[in-house]
Amino acid sequence: MKKPKFGVVVFPGSNCDHDTYYVLRKILDLDVIFLWHKQSSLEDCDVIILPGGFSYGDYLRTGAIARFSPIMNEIISFANNGGYVLGICNGFQILLEAGLLPGVMIRNESLNFVCKDIYLKTVNKKTVFTKSINGKNVMKVPIAHGEGNYFADENTLKELEDNNQIVFRYSERDGSITSSSNPNGSVKNIAGIINKAGNVLGMMPHPERSSDSVLGKTDGSLIFKSLVNNIFN
Amino acid sequence: MFKAKVLIKRRKTILDPQGKAVEIGAKHLGLTNIKNTRIDKYIEFNIDTNNKKAAEDEVNDYCKKLLANPIMEDYEFTLSEWTPSEEEVK
Repeated sequence: MKKPKFGVVVFPGSNCDHDTYYVLRKILDLDVIFLWHKQSSLEDCDVIILPGGFSYGDYLRTGAIARFSPIMNEIISFANNGGYVLGICNGFQILLEAGLLPGVMIRNESLNFVCKDIYLKTVNKKTVFTKSINGKNVMKVPIAHGEGNYFADENTLKELEDNNQIVFRYSERDGSITSSSNPNGSVKNIAGIINKAGNVLGMMPHPERSSDSVLGKTDGSLIFKSLVNNIFN
Repeated sequence: MFKAKVLIKRRKTILDPQGKAVEIGAKHLGLTNIKNTRIDKYIEFNIDTNNKKAAEDEVNDYCKKLLANPIMEDYEFTLSEWTPSEEEVK
């Protein structure tokens, strides 16, 4: 089976780049390279990952400055031509700033930086990122952010729902969507969304932090496995 | 040269958790009449041109593309002729 080649973009201030690289290379035995934010070539990667971190110190707004790094022009054309892009945490914030996904991220309702395991309900299992999650009702995946409070206006939310673009919601352990399971105030418990074309996914939880059995949880690896199993098949 | 003073305001419909938190402090201070605290951004910079129209265009571009996020923020600015101080020239 042909497997995709992954590229993990490194911005100044990225700090989950090595974790992501480690999971793809050492745990899943995949072809993966780092892509420095100043380069203009994506080096024939099939999947681009924008990792978590604090690119440019989160100055101005999260992701606002990274969005203008030279490599982003390439990533935007790549995405617009159907290339697969996964934004995790700060990567999701960058995708919003770049306009590849709709909406904005604001400060957590509690004002606290929240770092803990949460339960995640996959509400769209038809995407190339989630097809392999089939057997799971909920996944246990950590979050770690201060600005993960997803907001979009009514029209945008309606469009997201009508097109089945909401992929992950924060939930209870049994999969029920409640306000007490919402860690940051995100509208409709939204934890991850996909673009209309189905090739760009942004999510606040960190699948790379729940992919190595040494850490006691491996649900996150299902997202990477899903890409491997479904991109060329 | 011009000096731009830009005010970036979050739309009223968007929750401002910082403003809300700071207002709790006001209540604790005993300032019971304070309402609707909003924390916005004020940004200053110089524009190195003598053409006012060009300066305005550049400020608009800067605001629209980077300083403000048009999904949740509005901006306004003033532009004034400016002679940079010795410190600014350095």
